[in-house]
Amino acid sequence: MTTKLPEVDVVVVGVGWTGSILARELTKAGLRVVGLERGPRRTPGEDFTVPSIRDDLKYAVRQELFQDTQMETMSLRHARSETALPVRRLGAFLPGTGLGGAGAHWNGVTWRLLPTDHKLRTHLSERYGAQAIPDDMTITDYPVSYDELEPYYDRFEKLCGVSGKAGNLRGKIIDGGNVFEGPRQAEYPNPPLEQSVAGATFETAVKSLGYHPFPAPSSNASRVYTNPEGLTMGACIYCGHCERFGCESNAKASPGVSILPALLSDDKFELRCNAYVKDLVHDKTARKVKSVRYVDTRSGEDYEQPASLVILGAYVFTNNLLLLYSGIGEPYDPVTGKGSVGKNYCYQVGAAGVTVFFEDKEVNPFMASGAHGIMIDDFNGDNFDHGGLGFFGGAWIQAGPTNGRPILSRPVPAGTPRWGRDWKRATAKWYNHAFNIGGSCCNYAHRENYLDLDPTYRDALGRPLIRMTYNFKENDYRVAEYVTAVLGRIGRAMNPTLINTPAYRRGNFSAIPYQSTHNTGGTILGTDPKESVVNRYLQAWDADNLFIVGASVFPQNQSYNPTGTVGALAYWAADAITKQYMKSPGPLVHA
Amino acid sequence: MATRLKEVDAVMVGMGWTGAIMAREFTKVGLNVVGLERGQDHIPGNDFMLPNLRDELRYAARLELMQDNSLDTITFRNAPDEFGLPIRRFGAFLPGEGVGGSGNHWGGLHWRFLPTDFRIRSVLTERYGASAIPDDMTIADWPVSYDELEPHYDRFDKLCGVSGKAGNLRGQVIEGGNVFEGPRSDEYPNKPLKSSAGGLLMSDAAKRLGYHPFPIPVSNSSAPYTNPEGVTLGGCQYCGFCNRTACEANAKASSVTTLMPVLRADPRFELRTRAFVSRLVYDKAGRRVTGVVYTDLRNGEEYEQPAGIVVLSAYVFGNTQFLLLAGIGEPYDRATGKGVVGKNYAYQFEAGAVAFFEDRELNSYMGAPGQLVCIDDFNGENFDHGGLGFFGGGYFAGGSGGSAPIYGRATPHGTPRWGSEWKQATVKWYNHFVRFNTQGSVYANRDNYLDLDPTYRDALGRPLIRLTYNATDNDHKMSRYLLEKLEGIIRAMNPTSYEMHPRPKNFSIVPYQSTHNTGGTMMGSDPKSSVVNRYLQTWDAHNLFIQGASVFPQQHGYNPTGTVGALCYWSAQAIINKYLKSPGPLVQA
Amino acid sequence: MADDNIPRRTFLVGAGAAGSAAVTGVTASPVVAAADSAPAPVATAQPDAWLTLNPTEAAFVMAVVDTLIPADELTPSGSACGVATFIDRQLAGAYGSGARLYRDGPFLKGKPEHGYQLALTPRDYFRAGIAATNDWVRKRHGKDFDRLGEAEREAALKEMEQGKAEFPGFSSKEFFEALLTITMEGFFSDPIYGGNRDMASWKMVGYPGLPASYRDDVKTYFNKKYDKPPQSIADFV
Repeated sequence: MTTKLPEVDVVVVGVGWTGSILARELTKAGLRVVGLERGPRRTPGEDFTVPSIRDDLKYAVRQELFQDTQMETMSLRHARSETALPVRRLGAFLPGTGLGGAGAHWNGVTWRLLPTDHKLRTHLSERYGAQAIPDDMTITDYPVSYDELEPYYDRFEKLCGVSGKAGNLRGKIIDGGNVFEGPRQAEYPNPPLEQSVAGATFETAVKSLGYHPFPAPSSNASRVYTNPEGLTMGACIYCGHCERFGCESNAKASPGVSILPALLSDDKFELRCNAYVKDLVHDKTARKVKSVRYVDTRSGEDYEQPASLVILGAYVFTNNLLLLYSGIGEPYDPVTGKGSVGKNYCYQVGAAGVTVFFEDKEVNPFMASGAHGIMIDDFNGDNFDHGGLGFFGGAWIQAGPTNGRPILSRPVPAGTPRWGRDWKRATAKWYNHAFNIGGSCCNYAHRENYLDLDPTYRDALGRPLIRMTYNFKENDYRVAEYVTAVLGRIGRAMNPTLINTPAYRRGNFSAIPYQSTHNTGGTILGTDPKESVVNRYLQAWDADNLFIVGASVFPQNQSYNPTGTVGALAYWAADAITKQYMKSPGPLVHA
Repeated sequence: MATRLKEVDAVMVGMGWTGAIMAREFTKVGLNVVGLERGQDHIPGNDFMLPNLRDELRYAARLELMQDNSLDTITFRNAPDEFGLPIRRFGAFLPGEGVGGSGNHWGGLHWRFLPTDFRIRSVLTERYGASAIPDDMTIADWPVSYDELEPHYDRFDKLCGVSGKAGNLRGQVIEGGNVFEGPRSDEYPNKPLKSSAGGLLMSDAAKRLGYHPFPIPVSNSSAPYTNPEGVTLGGCQYCGFCNRTACEANAKASSVTTLMPVLRADPRFELRTRAFVSRLVYDKAGRRVTGVVYTDLRNGEEYEQPAGIVVLSAYVFGNTQFLLLAGIGEPYDRATGKGVVGKNYAYQFEAGAVAFFEDRELNSYMGAPGQLVCIDDFNGENFDHGGLGFFGGGYFAGGSGGSAPIYGRATPHGTPRWGSEWKQATVKWYNHFVRFNTQGSVYANRDNYLDLDPTYRDALGRPLIRLTYNATDNDHKMSRYLLEKLEGIIRAMNPTSYEMHPRPKNFSIVPYQSTHNTGGTMMGSDPKSSVVNRYLQTWDAHNLFIQGASVFPQQHGYNPTGTVGALCYWSAQAIINKYLKSPGPLVQA
Repeated sequence: MADDNIPRRTFLVGAGAAGSAAVTGVTASPVVAAADSAPAPVATAQPDAWLTLNPTEAAFVMAVVDTLIPADELTPSGSACGVATFIDRQLAGAYGSGARLYRDGPFLKGKPEHGYQLALTPRDYFRAGIAATNDWVRKRHGKDFDRLGEAEREAALKEMEQGKAEFPGFSSKEFFEALLTITMEGFFSDPIYGGNRDMASWKMVGYPGLPASYRDDVKTYFNKKYDKPPQSIADFV
């Protein structure tokens, strides 16, 4: 028996970054909002405190804050011809659960896309000719431009108190910032974090090579900061426990620090945790979502929550699943290329990292922050000429410590055994004298990479798991090979005592080693209902009162970490709802 | 794709009591036998050791030795019109897992059924008229008599080194034993355990009331004992940790103590643990099971093991599930009463009492189930049911001891369950109570059965077995009658206070009751009304033999293991003496 | 070696237990042996009571962690650092019981990229792996892994690591990876879990542990060795 609850103005599915932002903006506009969160209620003051939050085994290894695969996971296959198997233990990516979502345990790297990223297909066609783009590379333009999104990037950065240095202030190029970025209307809210040995060494080397280093844009506040919500963040203490952990000093921006205290004190908002959404009730004729059905996992009771407006603010996989379960939109068919739900699933491609060892440097890797280093953007997007290279896209490149937590982070020179006396000696010798140089490569959409429902495996609620059909493709391998070569060049320019330069190995995507939690796509933005799931305002083509927010709307994945763009798009959608949709509910874009 | 292995003479599905007995009998006559066990191996000298075995939390509360519900469980409903929900954590009953099965963690109570139990429908008809048996009471005669089974009871007693006192030796009734029992060919192999103080109190009272108390028969040897397999059992230590735990003293009989040491040394026997059998391969036309398919849980590989003889020696639920999945035999249809697989599921109807004795030190922490004293005056047809309005009965047992403190505390009715008053009462009474149990029969009913669940699946993707079961009016009336009689005994013990614990109306899977699930693949003389014939051979596949309590037509007022062991030897003898010479149906339908 | 037939459990369970077993009169399964006759290569640390490992498994785990993390001038042996105790506790707890492990079937053979695909909980996986390793070692050496000398143990682990050890129906390489992973977790995790006793591994590499508040240190110790002693979570309660 499902208990039908009284209708509310808005129901938000998932109370992480996007759910919190939308709920906050909509309650400010006077709407009554219910937030449904499948996981537990966590607050920084209660749950992210010293000493327990420094428990590397509990958080980093045993995955305290992440989605529980016993309840729900995803299956993976590399190609349509294979049988997908479930990801039985999370590895490659770590979706969050609980209040604040993955925003509680991110690293804090906060980017904007390049202006050319926003019109990727058009730009590449203009510069290299339309025929240069391979047929199976299903990249598209964003239906919203950098200039349109800029004010919302700015808003999200101010919410988060991002620390960094502008490289392009209203068109003026500033040395020491990212000279490749689009024009920004304001400087970062906070100055960059303190320099690290790794960052300083990297900076000197890349300058000698003629590149353009700048401090990582970081949602770890470099100083005490009060955001526009009136919430005060602490200053980063360089504890080296960002990713996979909550921040005990309130320095890392997260929903729990940057927005939820304001939202939770608003009477118009009601939070329901342990509310596991099962599906949406879709009225196909009226093109509306009537309600959201969920199970209260504390009691096992089923509820139906009717709402005038529904915001899907869950993680990429759940946003896709709920559309597929509810029959909203046409599922993507890779054979015909028709349908859009599940299409253009993308990830992030890692170059082979380079590790450099310096006998005479004290790196202190444990004094670190999640977004704490020096970067270059010279080899990103179309910042360099791809003529004759045989691939598109690139990577941001960085050196800087994110942590020195020794369960997972202990570099030793190549050829060192993994255990025994020699391993111990090498570990003791090099632990404090080594760091990595890494490159985070883009992942351009491919016709054969997509999401759909698994035919075999089910979650604890009896629903099919999401199935990823995904592998790295030729473009990805070539980008990674190119970037790996750059990393090697930079490493050698540092003149280290030793250098590990593994050649890039073309291999299948693996669910085991952590790579990034930058899953994107499946409910992509677009201008055509045949080719996309949501319009430029993140409104679903098939249900005008349904807005889908998060990286699931990315048409492809750029090299940049997604959260900055996710936040900007959330504010952009919120603005469209409050300024346009509320006045005249209906499609905001006519197909 | 399952890898097809080389055919063997026989394969055992499940390596608990019956798998081990059958494997041993087969290898003795030269057959090559593979034993498949989904759980882990258990080697007493390594796995059942002091000090860790005395861990009440690990074994009794966290159920170390039991089937893992997260891979495979059972769904349950009280009635056919309800929706079955999975048993997410075992409670009422605790099927075991791993080599030794439930035989590792049983209490050791070791009974024979009454001669009249084996022909219960005939006896009731003779005594009370056919019309006295309610229509929905689907009890049946066993197709084997007590006398036929007696030598096999005796063999199993000797294997286990049962401690007890005969009450009927070759027809001679002996006071101090169970005077109601069928004639036994031999005395118990071991003397009774020392009765507990609480048991002696009950014994005195029962005698005064004219009943016939005797020490409960138990497979905890009272002294070191060497069984016919040449395996030596230790003497019981009265540790109080039989139930849910294994025995470090090797005093409690289990297949790992009594048989596995011999089997392990036998080159004709191969044990494969972590071999989770998923299905039987059934050749319907040939009326044979050609082999079994299992997943090696250690590597995820699937194997098909062809075999000349297949023995289903899993637990009651697994035995029934294998048949339903393979389409062997017609599934029971409760609406029409037709079909047999899943029919006549029965259980044990236990109700108890506790009495408090202010002035007696009863040493609650010591003890073994075998320290109980019991009477059998109200079991089966040992008393006249004329005018009572029910059939069946059970033995009464009482005693003190064996009460570790997580579960073994008793306080008088009305004591709060926490706080200062609770603490005081717990201190006051922990060492001063006697527990009683009535081991009631469960006579089969057409509404109590097993089938495949339409919704829930196990980890291998197979439908779970669904249990539709509730206590019947007959069983409630029977139990109330037994409790009345028990109350008389308790009053005669003159306790400070006591309370009776009648069973609630509906069966619940939450509180522990007993792991005496029976039926589902019942034995009988007619393929239309049973799954296996008198030799435990399935009617629909002549090389498939089903062992265990799943073959019981109904459950009588005794613990099942003694009869399970006897039937297994009986079946083994038929296979060896008859089937091997001429493979085919041993009973013509 | 005559000693090889003496059960290892006696020296692990302690004299009280052995005494209790002695009065049972059991002969089928000898449980009594002199504590001082047990070989001592792994008993360098008095372990805590074992929660789940049986005596054979405990001896195996101690021998493995002492081989992976040998005693030397840098730290005491793995077991002396509590790593065996850590593994026992992890396997007895939520992780060992399969927390955060999707255990619905079918259980199919995956590619390496699919990761763990078995139905076994970590506790049962280690149980199966230890049995398989000992079976393999016994075939070659006539004794269990923990009875091997250090050089033989190293050689055996290397063969497993390289996937050259043929365990029937079981992957020696995957089991080695599981052993190495949980050993390193135990060696480097906070001591509250029973491993990394006395913060031996943190001292070895110079990891300061808690409280990890380096707001000023990040400047003071720029390119300078950190010189404050490490602290554990337990030091803050």
